[in-house]
Amino acid sequence: MTNEELKTKIAELLPQASFDESGQWLTINVAPAEWKPLAVKLKQDTSLYFDFLFCVTCIDWKTHLTMVYHLDSTKFRHNIVIKSIIDVANPAIETVSDIWQTANFHEREVYEMFGVNFINHPDLRLLILPDGWEGKNPMLKDFEDPVNMIKL
Amino acid sequence: MVEEIGTTTDGDIIINVGPQHPATHGVLHLVITINGETIKKVEPHLGFIHRSIEKMCESLSYRQFIYVTSRMDYLSSHINNHACALCVEKGLQIEVPSRAQVIRVLMDELTRIASHELWWGAMAMDLGAFTPFFHAFRERESINDIMEETCGARLTMNYMVPGGVMQDIHPNFQTRVKNFITLYKSKVGEYNELVTGNIIFQNRMKGIGYLSSEDAISFGCTGPTARGSGVSCDTRKLYPYEIYNQLQFDEILETGCDSFARYMVRVREMNQSIRIIEQLIDNIPEGDFQAKTKAVLKLPKGEFYQRVETARGEFGVYIVSEGGTTPYRIKFRSPGFSNLSALDHIARGSKLGDLVAMMGTLDLVIPDIDR
Repeated sequence: MTNEELKTKIAELLPQASFDESGQWLTINVAPAEWKPLAVKLKQDTSLYFDFLFCVTCIDWKTHLTMVYHLDSTKFRHNIVIKSIIDVANPAIETVSDIWQTANFHEREVYEMFGVNFINHPDLRLLILPDGWEGKNPMLKDFEDPVNMIKL
Repeated sequence: MVEEIGTTTDGDIIINVGPQHPATHGVLHLVITINGETIKKVEPHLGFIHRSIEKMCESLSYRQFIYVTSRMDYLSSHINNHACALCVEKGLQIEVPSRAQVIRVLMDELTRIASHELWWGAMAMDLGAFTPFFHAFRERESINDIMEETCGARLTMNYMVPGGVMQDIHPNFQTRVKNFITLYKSKVGEYNELVTGNIIFQNRMKGIGYLSSEDAISFGCTGPTARGSGVSCDTRKLYPYEIYNQLQFDEILETGCDSFARYMVRVREMNQSIRIIEQLIDNIPEGDFQAKTKAVLKLPKGEFYQRVETARGEFGVYIVSEGGTTPYRIKFRSPGFSNLSALDHIARGSKLGDLVAMMGTLDLVIPDIDR
């Protein structure tokens, strides 16, 4: 599908979604509460069929966090990017690990690095950080470690 | 939190493999729950070689950050550098001279062969066969020598820079690559005689570690791991970069979905890389090896994503720029991280003795997973 067709189709599924076409792929901005129901439809809809979630990450903008999901379809080979702005004081978004199993590990990484809570995640524990890690989440912009220098 | 040693209430035994274990090919810690000899759960614990490369890159310039990416998947360092250079070039809209493009593709494919050679030797060694390791390293050594002559390094090359390659190829490059192709062709038969056709080896690989194509996609597996399950995912074919769309080569697909299928994909892929090198080695165009770029690179405000095919699968670089000289945020989508997440699913229900064969065919490189 072309970007225009994708836009029409997704606007049907979620009328509140806003679109951004300035980047490489069509970007769809959704509210955190709308993400999970949309994700189910993106995977199940036979004309969209986004079955391959190839990148899950988070960006710290200091005033808010943005979750970024990159999706690909192995059948139609069209790509979209989903962005969802979440509150920095209480970062939480629904998990999609039951739709795309790869999200399990990726969300655990985002959880420990950015402190985002994934609601209903089956196994939300530390993956990379050592057990008993205390203190801030390392990938946040205001994280400073005086012992192990990360910034140059 | 599981007890890391001992027994569960069901009478299952919990054992640890790693972090220091030769079969994990690095510092990977697996907590395995077994019932008798049957695996009930495999839980990877990561972070033993985490260097916060993504965080480090936030304070490095667009020329500097490429150097740390060689240290992620150290067996595909050229391809990691390539992805980063392409991503920066995408942001700055730099035209890369055709000579540099051809050199880059040649280096990528040589790296792919070297990586698969090492995997092949180490894989056989995991299963208890020591000799193949020396056979694989004999050929891999000549690739390393070629790299050393042109790039000045044998493992972390840092040869690709935004705009092209760092320096021109060595005058001996073409002759030595041709010699390597002759050497490889004379030896590849030995590989199959020694390992592939071996009945003991086949018994240990066939039907082990089943991964269906739906699961491979769902777990985000890419590269030979997914292609062994019949999933077409070669980025070089699907989202061609550089000059891959002008080259003749096949995407190797196997439908066995087991360890042997994944093994065969890699062995057959080496021949395709040789095919690509043969097409290019006599046709390196004359001209510049690097485009003229500014001394300080500033990416425009925006987001840039570049996908490339490393020896292990799809590697992605995601740069978020605020218009400055350093990236605001960088994410490396490493193939090993997603491939590892499928290990628990693959291993459940199999015997403990087969775990090493399954891990071997996922071709895990731990610094690539941890980043």
